Amino acid sequence: MVVREYIMSRSMTIAEKILAAHAGLDSVEPGQLVEVDVDFALGNDITAPIAIKTFRQAGVTTVFDKEKIALVSDHFVPNKDIMSAEQARLLREFAAEQGIVHHYDGGESGVEHVLLPEKGLVLPGDVVIGADSHTCTYGALGAFATGVGSTDLAATMMTGKTWFKVPESIKFVYKGKLGPWVGGKDLILYTIGDIGVDGALYMAMEFTGPVIDSMSMPGRFTMSNMAIEAGGKVGLINPDDTTQNYVADRASREFTVYRSDEDAQYAKVIEYDCSEIEPQVACPHLPENTKGISEVGNVPLDQVVIGSCTNGRLEDLALAADVISGRHVSKGLRLIVIPTTPTVYIQALEKGFLTTFLNAGAVIGPPTCGPCLGGHMGVLAKGERALSTTNRNFVGRMGHPESEVYLANPAIAAASAVLGRIGSPKEL
Amino acid sequence: MKIKGKVWKFGKNIDTDVIIPARYLNTSDPAELAKHCMEDADPDFSKKIKPGDIIVAGKNFGCGSSREHAPIALKAAGIGCIIAPSFARIFYRNAFNMGLPIFECDETSGVLKQGDDVEVDADTGEIRNLTTGDVFKAQPIPPFMQELISDGGLIPHVLKSL
Repeated sequence: MVVREYIMSRSMTIAEKILAAHAGLDSVEPGQLVEVDVDFALGNDITAPIAIKTFRQAGVTTVFDKEKIALVSDHFVPNKDIMSAEQARLLREFAAEQGIVHHYDGGESGVEHVLLPEKGLVLPGDVVIGADSHTCTYGALGAFATGVGSTDLAATMMTGKTWFKVPESIKFVYKGKLGPWVGGKDLILYTIGDIGVDGALYMAMEFTGPVIDSMSMPGRFTMSNMAIEAGGKVGLINPDDTTQNYVADRASREFTVYRSDEDAQYAKVIEYDCSEIEPQVACPHLPENTKGISEVGNVPLDQVVIGSCTNGRLEDLALAADVISGRHVSKGLRLIVIPTTPTVYIQALEKGFLTTFLNAGAVIGPPTCGPCLGGHMGVLAKGERALSTTNRNFVGRMGHPESEVYLANPAIAAASAVLGRIGSPKEL
Repeated sequence: MKIKGKVWKFGKNIDTDVIIPARYLNTSDPAELAKHCMEDADPDFSKKIKPGDIIVAGKNFGCGSSREHAPIALKAAGIGCIIAPSFARIFYRNAFNMGLPIFECDETSGVLKQGDDVEVDADTGEIRNLTTGDVFKAQPIPPFMQELISDGGLIPHVLKSL
């Protein structure tokens, strides 16, 4: 593994540096259209079928690089019905036909945006495209990672390239000291509440400041994951020792670290004093409808979900288990806990978290995106209300169009499951 | 290229879960997706619209998921184009890639009314309300992009030139 620091010709943000390097240019500026080499491309059981059909329709016979594509069946698996079984089968067949190395299915699969970083497949300095909007998660590693549609994925599978308009960047500076039960989820919800669901439309978000510097990788992944919920193209964090330690034992190929220059140009710089931020709850039906937990009032719940590419990592389960340990889920409320990858599952099992959840009356699901998008394994009935550690609370997101979703961090989720209403661990 | 049809109004931040709910994403068949297009906002939408009809919405249309099923459903349902002050970026790209024309215009969402007859000229970006005579201006769609749209999207367009 070789890590190199590049010095380029003009002051640039991390987003600009990565795009310039992948376009073979000394520098780029916002608004410029560039064609870039893609280091890694991703599709799942919902989006890859269209990409595969397009790929075949184009008459191309082989993918650009069988080691640089991941096909992950995670949304409707274990197969929820016959049609979704056919979609997962298409991925399986295409992967076999093309010799795609990173095809994940069955007991090897997990929620894509937790699985790929865990396996060291996406690395600092990469350009990653994924036919899934939460591909921006890998920005936490300092990768220019963004969601695209299936047709763009198909084109990249053929050529190994894609095009971008170089985005303007907004720099977010998080200062102060985090209060109790406040983490990455709360900071990103607070940010979205502040700038709105289109506050960073077409732009790169860059998360910086002492709070980010001292944040662990799981919290960073959570923040970058929800950049798309503010309309952002990417949610970048400059790689540091925390990043290096995370990727050190995982990376199986060389990568290059890029960091924003001190005097790089930003469209906006926004500072937050995190000492003032309490645990956040996004109320129906947009992630920008945020309130501090103390302002939410009495909101009874039918279901709580802990999992997803936003908050389904081991540290998230640890936090929730700590809150719920020795307690029981409120009568009539369903708690669904989803460890997001086989590794997370095994570690949660070994550490006793799953026993804690089961004793508290939770259902443990297999790794899947299922309930987050109202797919399966936790769909809401008409009029039901859920609190979830996931990323979207749009109308009908988790089930019936007249159901409601509130978003929060895993500690709030666990406490709310015990209370039977939205509440904080402080109330237990 | 001209698009002519009746206006169907929607608010701001229309997300991809409203355009095509995830419960229908176990298929990518355009005809099947079209049946459920916008159904959580208007259950009979796909039955009520006629080919060429136009969606006029508020800002940030298409936010949320990267699902290409969203523009596929709208186009297969017969929507001729979408006019909004802004579009979520993945949807923006997907719409053109699928051959669904979209126009960015700040003024229309507040002024055009449900049921107005509207004609959009892609060459000039002119949006003409045939019911009231009002005219609005959006960015025109350049000739290569119009050709891409009439070819049915990026892939048919690229295949044609190979």
